Amino acid sequence: MALVNQGFQFKNRVGEVTFGFRNLAELMARATPARSGDRLAGVAAANAEERVVAQMTLADVPLSQFLTDLLIPYESDEVTRLIIDEHDTKAFAPISHLTVGGFRDWLLSDLATPQVLREVRTGITPEMAAAVSKIMRNQDLMLVAKKCRVTSAFRNTLGLPGHLSTRLQPNHPTDDITGIAASILDGLLYANGDAVIGINPATDNVSQACRLIHMVGDIIDHYEIPTQSCVLTHVTNTLEAIELGAPVDLVFQSIGGTQATNDSFGVNLAMLSEAQDAALSLNRGTLGNHVMYFETGQGSSLSANAHHHLDQQTCETRAYAVARKFNPLLVNTVVGFIGPEYLYDGKEITRAGLEDHFCGKLLGLPMGCDVCYTNHAEADQNDMDNLLTLLGVAGCNFIMGVPGSDDIMLNYQTTSFHDALYVRRVLGLKAAPEFDAWLRKVGINLDTESFRLNPHVPDVFRPSLQHLLGER
Amino acid sequence: MATDMTSDPMHGAVTDNAWQPLRSFTAARIGLGRAGTSLPTQRLQEFQLAHARAQDAVHQPLDVESLTQKLAQLPWPSQPTPLRLHSDAPDRGTYLQRPDLGRRLHTTSQQRLSQYLATGAAPIDLTIVLADGLSALAIEKNALPFLQQLLPALQQSASPWQLAPLCIVEQGRVAIGDHVGESLAAHCVLVLIGERPGLSSPDSMGLYLTWQPQRGLTDATRNCISNIRSAGLTPQEASRKALYLLTEARRRQLSGVQLKERSDQDNLEYASGDNNFLIPSG
Repeated sequence: MALVNQGFQFKNRVGEVTFGFRNLAELMARATPARSGDRLAGVAAANAEERVVAQMTLADVPLSQFLTDLLIPYESDEVTRLIIDEHDTKAFAPISHLTVGGFRDWLLSDLATPQVLREVRTGITPEMAAAVSKIMRNQDLMLVAKKCRVTSAFRNTLGLPGHLSTRLQPNHPTDDITGIAASILDGLLYANGDAVIGINPATDNVSQACRLIHMVGDIIDHYEIPTQSCVLTHVTNTLEAIELGAPVDLVFQSIGGTQATNDSFGVNLAMLSEAQDAALSLNRGTLGNHVMYFETGQGSSLSANAHHHLDQQTCETRAYAVARKFNPLLVNTVVGFIGPEYLYDGKEITRAGLEDHFCGKLLGLPMGCDVCYTNHAEADQNDMDNLLTLLGVAGCNFIMGVPGSDDIMLNYQTTSFHDALYVRRVLGLKAAPEFDAWLRKVGINLDTESFRLNPHVPDVFRPSLQHLLGER
Repeated sequence: MATDMTSDPMHGAVTDNAWQPLRSFTAARIGLGRAGTSLPTQRLQEFQLAHARAQDAVHQPLDVESLTQKLAQLPWPSQPTPLRLHSDAPDRGTYLQRPDLGRRLHTTSQQRLSQYLATGAAPIDLTIVLADGLSALAIEKNALPFLQQLLPALQQSASPWQLAPLCIVEQGRVAIGDHVGESLAAHCVLVLIGERPGLSSPDSMGLYLTWQPQRGLTDATRNCISNIRSAGLTPQEASRKALYLLTEARRRQLSGVQLKERSDQDNLEYASGDNNFLIPSG
């Protein structure tokens, strides 16, 4: 009983020892599967036993408590205000009686059909999703995520069951147009690029963004490719590009789960709303009006010292509330980019990727994953093969595609064009239907059932290639 | 160099890509060919070797003695000796897992800066910091050529910049520049730092500029120029961009997202089809 007097909101007697947790944020952090970022923040469980006791304690917390016991104060954080103000009480009703542990059982049960999961979506807050994920095994995260179907559309339809799309990422260290075009061609001929053709510019300014937006737009127009373009520059640059008349398909922005994290990115909800309106006004989508592309990643809040002593996975999941507000086409958790101080090795990267995909899908987001690592992390291609396969099983909407896994601008390794074909082959997944039809029409794919590529360069690309490389 | 695009590209199990010669236009790993839809053995092993080298580059220490000797060649006003500083991260292992320690100066380094200020130095406009970051190799290869461009330009400026001695920081992260700048009461800090090594670029240097540096600032207050290396942004180009940012930062008394890098605004206008070989010209 002494623990109560020491200010512990939660206590749990296990055998001879009583464990105490001072508040809900601390309980969530202690319950999180081990990772370096939470150790760095000083919020992780002290040992394996405390972690499991925290998970057992968390399992008894009612879901409704997350609506009143706020992890970051309502008054001081616009992400908290967004989560609370937009909570859908009616959608929450069918699960409002559940505890976190009961929620896990319900999600795994046959009661939670894809249709039911779609209906409760807006009743689930990020904190509820994060809490339940902490007591789920990897297979639970995959099983439930696969039941959460989220589609989005702009010039094609992404996220249909049995489909896996790729962002074609043709980055070049000096934004050289010929170099970028060469990587785009390579990607298209390897049947990649249905989620987006998206460039991270090496030089981040408005004129460069305009130049690249025009460049990719020209290719999409000329070859009539059912996909969309994006230059991943700051939202204020994209707004200026729109004002300058650039043909912007998608607005990109990195986002985080606390107001202070977003401050560190130089953005807020009002700016995102303004950019979304500007892109919608261009009316460039043919099948849908999802115009936003967000990137997130565990560790960004701690990195900006903006985590309010929350664990990094809870911060990450709160970023999905920001994303959800703006009906995105793509939400990409860049899981291994941030480095070993946040996710130390292949095991931690794998767990984080599955958590993010699950939480995003549960909240209704079109989740993709940048399955990646840096050269200072304890990870290699085999770890990426494993996570890629698991995400394919879980129904992930999209992954990255870069030539030979080597992003020569951002200096990290992500999935390659070849990797996408591997996972499509081994799991029987297809590209977005409109893009798949285009691959067959122009002769890139000879046979989409067995994923057989044309050994020759298709006719539509031959003149450009011969012009550049010389006639034979 | 043209490749025959009509004859059979399949030689046994491996299918070659006719667009492989495009490799002369980019370092990206394009046209790798395929065994089924997978990487051919030779390409797989090239990748494994590059990854091994990049991992090794992360752990190579900065040779401060040799760097200091090289920097003595610089056209530096009154040739002050660089100040040798160290972060709070004692070694590489700690550095990799404790970024907070890499962002702050060790006490003895702070004292060294206080001693410098106590000598009655003139107020400082700009402090240039060289930090190993994740690639000491990047600093060893690119810092000198870049400074050989930037320093004369700063001295020839209409209102010349009062510079602090160069500061060389071991086991440093980007934000340590703010700690150095604050300690020297400098108006501005420019950090030259080794970026995380890529497979094709274990030697890439980045620049980070902060106006009114102080501890606790976030990325939103910094401007970045990246990929400075022999096969990336040249020292001349990097210096031109840095000079533009420095001039604008001083004029507007700010840095970060409010200060956009517009040094290319006038000469990068895109004409449709321009240089884009995938779009037929004419």
